[in-house]
Amino acid sequence: MLNMVWPIFIIVSFVYAIFMGNIDNLNNSIFSSTQEAINLSITLLGTMSLWSGIMKIASKTSLIQNFTKILNPVINILFPEIKEDIQIKNAISMNIIANILGLGNAATPLGLRAMKLMQEKNVEKKTLTNSMATLIVLNTASIQIIPTTVIAIRSLLESENPTKIIFPVWIATICSAIAGILATKFFIKIGK
Amino acid sequence: MNAINFLSNLAMPLIILLIVIYGLFQKIKVFDLFLDGAKEGIQILISIFPTLIGLFVAIGALRSSGILDFIINLLSPILNIFNFPTEIMPLALIRPISGSGSIAVATDIMKTYGVDSNIGLMSAIIMGSTETTIYTIAVYSSSVGIKNTRFVLYASLLADLIGILVSVLVVSIFF
Repeated sequence: MLNMVWPIFIIVSFVYAIFMGNIDNLNNSIFSSTQEAINLSITLLGTMSLWSGIMKIASKTSLIQNFTKILNPVINILFPEIKEDIQIKNAISMNIIANILGLGNAATPLGLRAMKLMQEKNVEKKTLTNSMATLIVLNTASIQIIPTTVIAIRSLLESENPTKIIFPVWIATICSAIAGILATKFFIKIGK
Repeated sequence: MNAINFLSNLAMPLIILLIVIYGLFQKIKVFDLFLDGAKEGIQILISIFPTLIGLFVAIGALRSSGILDFIINLLSPILNIFNFPTEIMPLALIRPISGSGSIAVATDIMKTYGVDSNIGLMSAIIMGSTETTIYTIAVYSSSVGIKNTRFVLYASLLADLIGILVSVLVVSIFF
């Protein structure tokens, strides 16, 4: 995907900036973007290590298995190819739980852990399996009970009722997640 | 508001506490395991770091060159036909590609049109119900060295589109 998207982004914006005389802005943004990437990486380094460590402990206890049992019916529908691989199931259910609780910082490390476990079973190492594709789509759908970031912005801007949007967010999230999953199932079915 | 704040602050500490206590009860060497896992976490970050640099430069260029604004202007007549509020177009376009960018744009829209106005509510609901799709796909696939992401981009963008349309619709119905 990025072999196609990345050059398009670069060419379109560089050419546009040159023709519109916006090259100063662009030049500055090249440096500030690498800085932003470094800042994000350092933050991620902390949360990634912390949650990978915590999950390692959890994987040796029976705690996660209990969570997984609750989510099992959902996981079986979404990821029919995993079957009884309990390690992968545990990692996926922790990722889903972190997403639902709105722990964005934890959800990514947990999701990447699931990806790593699934990659070990993957025959074509350069191509996503059906289950990996489903996990990514699920993670782009942003399923969460409390959208904390938006609520924080709304109270910062002195909204009369910052939490008023919670219920509408649920409706929008559920519709978007269902659309994503249905599209995924459709593409898998037609063999894409 | 306070109760929700309290609950969301409680979630993360509670999970860590639960796992550590559980580990101790089941007589597991918790800190040794923690260290093993943390090392794996560093490995994962190293494998996604080059992707982050490349992606951030490209997205920064899209924003700073002015091409995004150009595309929005181009699309607005079409959107007017469908009665889609053009005020939230910048957010709809930037939401899938940049997390920090979309927070900036959403905050700006809420400030300009009022945080409790219909436009302000729409942008808040869009922020809450969608993710930084391209970043998520890039990070997840590059962490395990995947090159071919198949249909994932289309499925995720479709999900975003539906999320945005429903956000607009929900505000017109509920508020």
